[in-house]
Amino acid sequence: MTRLAAAFAKGRPALVTFVTGGDPTPEATPAILDALVVGGADVIELGMPFTDPMADGPAIQKANLRSLGAGTRTADILKIATDFRARHPDVPLVLMGYANPMTIRGSDWFADQCTAAGVDGVICVDIPPEEDPELGPALRAKGISLIRLATPTTDAARLPAVLDGSSGFLYYVSVAGITGMQQAAVGSIAEAMARIKAATDLPVAVGFGVRTPEQAAAFAKVADGVVVGSALVDLVGEHGVNAAGPVQELTAALAAAVHSARD
Amino acid sequence: MTAANSYRNQPDDRGHFGQFGGRYVAETLMPLILDLEQNYRAAKADPAFQAEFDDLLEHYVGRPSPLYFAPRLTEELGGAQVWFKRDELNHTGAHKINNCIGQILLAIRMGKTRIIAETGAGQHGVATATVCARFGLPCVVYMGATDVARQAPNVFRMKLLGAEVVPVTSGAATLKDAMNEALRDWVANVHDTFYIIGTAAGPHPYPELVRDFQSVIGKEARAQMLARTGRLPDLLVAAIGGGSNAIGLFHPFLDDPSVRMLGVEAAGYGLDKEHAASLAGGRPGILHGNKTYLLQDEDGQITEGHSISAGLDYPGIGPEHSWLKEVGRVDYTSVTDTEALEGFQLLCRTEGIIPALEPSHAIAAVTKVAPTMSKDQIVLVNLCGRGDKDIFSVAEHLGVKL
Repeated sequence: MTRLAAAFAKGRPALVTFVTGGDPTPEATPAILDALVVGGADVIELGMPFTDPMADGPAIQKANLRSLGAGTRTADILKIATDFRARHPDVPLVLMGYANPMTIRGSDWFADQCTAAGVDGVICVDIPPEEDPELGPALRAKGISLIRLATPTTDAARLPAVLDGSSGFLYYVSVAGITGMQQAAVGSIAEAMARIKAATDLPVAVGFGVRTPEQAAAFAKVADGVVVGSALVDLVGEHGVNAAGPVQELTAALAAAVHSARD
Repeated sequence: MTAANSYRNQPDDRGHFGQFGGRYVAETLMPLILDLEQNYRAAKADPAFQAEFDDLLEHYVGRPSPLYFAPRLTEELGGAQVWFKRDELNHTGAHKINNCIGQILLAIRMGKTRIIAETGAGQHGVATATVCARFGLPCVVYMGATDVARQAPNVFRMKLLGAEVVPVTSGAATLKDAMNEALRDWVANVHDTFYIIGTAAGPHPYPELVRDFQSVIGKEARAQMLARTGRLPDLLVAAIGGGSNAIGLFHPFLDDPSVRMLGVEAAGYGLDKEHAASLAGGRPGILHGNKTYLLQDEDGQITEGHSISAGLDYPGIGPEHSWLKEVGRVDYTSVTDTEALEGFQLLCRTEGIIPALEPSHAIAAVTKVAPTMSKDQIVLVNLCGRGDKDIFSVAEHLGVKL
C-alpha cells in the first residue's frame, strides 16, 4: 500500500495540512513540518512558492512573497522534502504549486527530483486535464500521484476527464473561489461527495475555506479527508520563525476534531 | 485561405499555436473557458453578431480608421515610403476598443451581467469602462496600485465612465498582478461575470478571439493599401506588449509572402538591463493561462518588466507571437526607452501627430529600417494609440516641468 493510500485507510477521516515551503525562511520550514506531523496531520502538502499565485487568497499570497523574499529556490524546496522523508519515512508528502516552477526544466526533470526526494504526489493548480501532457505522463511514469482538483463547476460530464490519470486522492475545492476565503455549506459538500464517490474509488479530501476545528469536523463527517492551509499559514505569518509551537497546537486541535468526526 | 501550409489556421482545436498557447487555468475556470469557446464559435458563425460588431465599429468607434501616407517623415528618413494605419483616431484613442466591443457583445450573448478587466496604463480599462457604460453593465477594473498612482488621468476617466477601479497591492502592484487579481475575482464570480482580457494572451480562446476582433485593423489596411496604391506593403511594423495591435495588423497579411513583418518589443533601459522584451530576453513558460515567452529566472519565477510605456510593461507576450517567432514568419526587434522618446518627438515634429509611447517604439524601429529600403518600397506602421495620456511622463523624461 502506498503512503497516500495508507493515510486514507486508517478507518477515520484524514487531516491534510498545507504550508508554503520556505515561509518564513527555508531553514524554518522543517520544524514547521515536524509540528504538523506531531500535531497529527495524516498528509503533508508542501507549497512551492511562486511569484504569481493566482488561485490563492491573501494569506497564501503573502506566504509566497515571504518565502521568495527570503531567497527560497526550487532546490531549497527539494532539500526540505528530501530531509523530511529521512525524518518521517511513513508520512505522505505532496508538493503543491503552479505549473511554471514545476515544468520550467522539463517535466521529466521534475518527476526525477520528486522521486529522489521521496515525494508521494503533486498538486498543480493550473494544469487541468486538457493540458495533462505537460506534467502527467512524467509523474505517472515515476509512480508519483498526480492529485487533481475537482470544483463546484466540475459537472458530471466533466468529472471522468478529471479522474482519468488522477491518483492518490482527489482534492475537492469546496467553493468557486480562491484559498482561505469563504466557506461552503456542509449540505453542498455532502451532495458533491455523493456525486464524486459514485464515479471513483479514490479518497476525496475537501479544502478551501476550512479554518477551525469545528468547520473541519463538519466536513469530515461527509468526506474522506479535510485540507487546512490558510489558517496554518496565517500562524506562520504571525509567529515567523517561532511558528512551530502554535502550528502544532492548531494541528492537534484540527486532528482531534477530524479524526473523531464520525465517532 | 486556410490551406495546410497557411500561417492563418492557428490555433489547433486545443488552443495551441505550435507548442504555445493552451488552457493552463484552475479547474474552477475550465468549464467556463470551454463554454466561452463554444459561444464564441457560435457567435463567429452568426451573421447578426458580425453585423452588430461592424455597426458599432463604424458608428461608435469611428471605423474604418484612415490609412495615411506620411510625406515629411518619409522625406526625413530618406528611404521607403512610410504609411500609418491611424487607429489612434478611434473613440477612446487606441486600438483597445475594437476588442472590447467584440467581447462585450459576446458577454451579453452569454447572458453575463457583470464585467471585469485588468489594465496597466489604463487604456484597456478605459475602453472596457466605455463599452460597459454604452451597454449599461457594471464594470470592475483591476489596476496595480503603482499604475493607479502614475496614470491618474485614466483612473479618473474610468470613474467618470462609471467603473469601479480596484488598486491591486499584491506583488509589484503592476499589470501582471492586476491580471492575477482579475483571475481571482473571476474564479469567485463564475456564475455572472465575464472577464474582458485586454490583449491577445491568456487561456484559449482569448488569444484567438482578441486577434479576430483586432484583425479589423489588418483587413482594413490591406484593402485600403490595395485601393490606394494597387499593391501590398513590403513591411508591416507594430509595437508589442501583449501584442494585440500587432497581431491585428499582421494576421490578415500572414499568407502574403511578399509582406515582411516586424514586431517591436520594449527594450526599456536596454536588453542587458531592465526591459520588457519577452521574446528577446525571455524563454517559454506558463503564466496567466498560456504557454509563451516569459521574463523569468531559472526557477521559473516571473521577473518584472520595465518600459517607459506602461502599456508594454508586461513580462509575457501573446502565444501566437511566440509561434510566429519560432516558425520565422515574423521578425522581432526591440527599441529602448530613449529611442522611443526620439520616435515620439520625430512624429510630432514631422507629421503633427502626437503618438502614444507604445507606437513610438514602432516609429523608432522604422527610423532604423526605412533608410535601408528603396524609395519605391512601402512600410506600413500601426499607429495604435494617441499620446494625450503620455504627455506628463514624456515631459518628465525630457526634463520639462508642466
